[in-house]
Amino acid sequence: MTAVEQPATQKWVGQGLRRKEDPRMITGRGRYVDDMTLPGMLYMAVVRSPEAHAKIVSIDTAGALALQGVHAVIVGEDLELASGVPMAWVPPGVEVKTPEHWPLAKGEVKYVGQGVAVVVGDDKYAVVDAAEQVLVEYDPLPVVVDPEKALAAGSPLVHEEFGTNLTHEWSIGGGDMDAAWSEADVVVERRIVNHRTAGAPIEPRVCIADYRAGQLDLHLTSQNPHLIRLFMAGELGMSEDSIRVIAPDVGGGFGVKISHYPEEILATWASKATGRPVKWTETRSEHMSSTIHGRDQIDYVKVGAKRDGTITGLECTAIADLGAFYTLLTPFIPCFTGFVISGCYKIPNLNFVAKGVFTNKMATDATRGAGRPEATHLIEVMIEQLAHELEMDPLELRRKNFIAKEDFPAEVAIGIVYDSGDYHGSLDKLLTHVDLDAFRREQAELRERGVYRGIGFSTWMEICGLAPSRAVGPTGVGLQAGFFESSLVRVHATGSATVYSGTAPHGQGLDTSFAQIVADRLGITPDQVDVMHGDTGTGPWGLGTYGSRSLAVGGESIARSTAKVVEKAKQIAAHQLEAAPEDIELADGKFAVKGSPEKGLTLAEIAGAAYVTMDMPEGMEPGLEETTFYDPENFVFPFGAHACIVDVDAETGKIDIVRYVCVDDCGPAINPKLIDGQIHGGITHAIGQVLYERVHYDDDGQLVTGTFVDYALPSAADVPSFETDRTETPSPVNSLGVKGVGEAGTIAASPAILNSVIDALRPLGVEFLNMPLSPQHVWSQIQLAAGRDVPADPGKQGGSWDEHGSGSAGSGPTSPSEGGGL
Amino acid sequence: MATPVRVSMTVNGEQHSAEVEPRLLLVHFLRDRLGLTGTHVGCDTSNCGACTLHLDGDAVKSCTVLAVQADGSDVTTIEGIGSEGDLHPMQEAFWEHHGLQCGYCTPGMIMAGADIIAKNANPSEEEVREGLAGNLCRCTGYHNIVKAVMSAAKEGARA
Repeated sequence: MTAVEQPATQKWVGQGLRRKEDPRMITGRGRYVDDMTLPGMLYMAVVRSPEAHAKIVSIDTAGALALQGVHAVIVGEDLELASGVPMAWVPPGVEVKTPEHWPLAKGEVKYVGQGVAVVVGDDKYAVVDAAEQVLVEYDPLPVVVDPEKALAAGSPLVHEEFGTNLTHEWSIGGGDMDAAWSEADVVVERRIVNHRTAGAPIEPRVCIADYRAGQLDLHLTSQNPHLIRLFMAGELGMSEDSIRVIAPDVGGGFGVKISHYPEEILATWASKATGRPVKWTETRSEHMSSTIHGRDQIDYVKVGAKRDGTITGLECTAIADLGAFYTLLTPFIPCFTGFVISGCYKIPNLNFVAKGVFTNKMATDATRGAGRPEATHLIEVMIEQLAHELEMDPLELRRKNFIAKEDFPAEVAIGIVYDSGDYHGSLDKLLTHVDLDAFRREQAELRERGVYRGIGFSTWMEICGLAPSRAVGPTGVGLQAGFFESSLVRVHATGSATVYSGTAPHGQGLDTSFAQIVADRLGITPDQVDVMHGDTGTGPWGLGTYGSRSLAVGGESIARSTAKVVEKAKQIAAHQLEAAPEDIELADGKFAVKGSPEKGLTLAEIAGAAYVTMDMPEGMEPGLEETTFYDPENFVFPFGAHACIVDVDAETGKIDIVRYVCVDDCGPAINPKLIDGQIHGGITHAIGQVLYERVHYDDDGQLVTGTFVDYALPSAADVPSFETDRTETPSPVNSLGVKGVGEAGTIAASPAILNSVIDALRPLGVEFLNMPLSPQHVWSQIQLAAGRDVPADPGKQGGSWDEHGSGSAGSGPTSPSEGGGL
Repeated sequence: MATPVRVSMTVNGEQHSAEVEPRLLLVHFLRDRLGLTGTHVGCDTSNCGACTLHLDGDAVKSCTVLAVQADGSDVTTIEGIGSEGDLHPMQEAFWEHHGLQCGYCTPGMIMAGADIIAKNANPSEEEVREGLAGNLCRCTGYHNIVKAVMSAAKEGARA
């Protein structure tokens, strides 16, 4: 437990305050990058490859350059950069084949949407016209889009120089797998597909690069502006101090705005070349082809148990489709699946192997949950498959294997120590909302009438609060950065405060929750606390917002800076009140001697003294502000229990979510309204993946889902209202006791939904399914289970979607090599 | 470039007249020419509804309307539906019920929500959900947006 003093009373923390961010946003006065226009600004359009793999024979830019208003056309060979698009993972002892990744293709293109040239001009419509006049001649090369085919002998190679499409193998494990299988009475194996999805924030990526006399201002839709500045400095050979990266209001990220992308480098190059600010605004089609995708993991899973339900071991080999090039964290993402491969359970023997694969597609990288949704999905689907095999209640099986509340902190077999948890508690609370006996009666009655209703569960946990540096940094798993978070808390002379955070929120409501934390600790109101972030020109270096880290790491950093401010304030109060600092307490907004609250000083009075420099302790520095760089000792581990109830139309395969109920635990709530909002959005993201969304390339590597016409995000009409509840189990890792919640709903929900559909369809002989559960796919599986032939599933084209493992419990192949994806 | 065309329209109660390219989208006319950047672009294919505004009293997606098609029309954007000191009940409800997170879809959602309750003072949850189906949000899961629209309808009924 850390020793940061807690406020005596909590007036603001715990309240569902409405957000400080909202007034500007509901009146149309938010300021997103695309809303900005700089004097003399030019526009940039990108010429992208229509080929999945081809040699570039020639690029003819003359036609574009001849058009009025076109200032420059830039191709790959024009760029002189010290380094390319960065990837930040260097795992000790593991070789990761890492191709050069330049912002524009040089000589060869390797996926549809790869940038080949950019056009810069006066008018945003005219530069698109001009881009169409850049004539590129391609000589097509063989394409591979299926990651399992890419690993087979004789496959076309994405990068000839490596002689293989296998990027690397990384593993984590513990115990003895031979013992796991010899002690097991039952072994269940499945091939679980976690298909490729898009983060798809409603705001596309945008940047404005403004290079003037050696100084660069880069306005960017980013989740981590400080890192972008560091990378830009390296690539351009600029000094870090001469670059300012600003992420103003950012319209959602979901992970896809973590990475450093070619376009921000290209706009900067163009600004330098033309001497004008240059703006690039991504179209949605560009977003679908050229912004990172997520998931795309095929998991060969094997779980063993004794007849009484005791799990003896779990093994998973993940085939991770990484695409053609890496972005910031591409090959690292499957590690997150390994970190939580034990789930909520005591599993003595564990083994997880990730095999990365190059394919002729856009890179995958972090999207909401990043590797943990894959883990929860495979574990929680396997738990219910195993329960069926054991003829055991799936909740009873879970309870039998849960890590008990009293066993925390709990070290699992792979060596990770879970901070705190109460898995029985969240499941018990969930069942106060879901009457399971009543449900089973209703389910039986409905089946009589031909309505197929099912219930599925997910008891989930995850690892977040990215940090700690010793675990994830260069000497840990090998990310090439520290993972602390910074804060600066500045009390002004009039007693209000500005907080600078190294996080970069984009919808999370941190302006409000951070203000609540600070207000309680300083004895002021949240209205008096302004939170600044997302600007490298203000405040200290920070690591940004992702990995559900902002509150557990950034918030704790702020609590610590505030505690230091309070310490100094107490010394000033003690001096003026002629008391000892340790006798001063903050109560009802006043710093007073314990027992004499009437003579206390307000923060404004103390800050006034600190800035006017009168009546201060001898030798004390003026001013009232403090900085903290906080690097926690461990991750934090949120958890919860979710239940989904669906009706499946057996005639059409259409699925309706009837109820969705969840109990989640992210420690003590700072603002319960914001927590609920994160959970709602997270669940909906998972509903999208299970039922509607799939990034789909055909066998030629053409992107079929290139717009929102083809890539279906769930709408309000596709999801239910959610029933949410909480338990609060504090984390011992930080003084606030908090854990992350931004990704929780997404990490939790997909197996609950999938399990509910399987439960609904068991009477029809369907015992296993893979996502996405499109009506056609579900209908086909119902037909196959009944022994009827079905037309070829168009979803099978161009990817290892569901060739194996569906239809019957025994159909899962036993290893990736047997799976083959053929 | 094709010959510019003169368009005139009333935007948020003010008369505007300008020469535009015939292909100029209404959303770009508002954002780039009039500086009304509250109306956002999210998808280019009229799926996401971030660009929703009111055109002669109906909610429309302004990324799929040409500025010349709005000639002679009355346009209301998020900037015109209410102000900081005098919020529209739908704006107030979105704030109160945490109906927004990143805020990017919000102007379109508020304009769509206002249109729903203008035409149906007492909508059911299902009617609200169907009514919002043309507006996508990636943050909120719609739960609080639906709550906000239902609540604004109730407030309207009381007023």
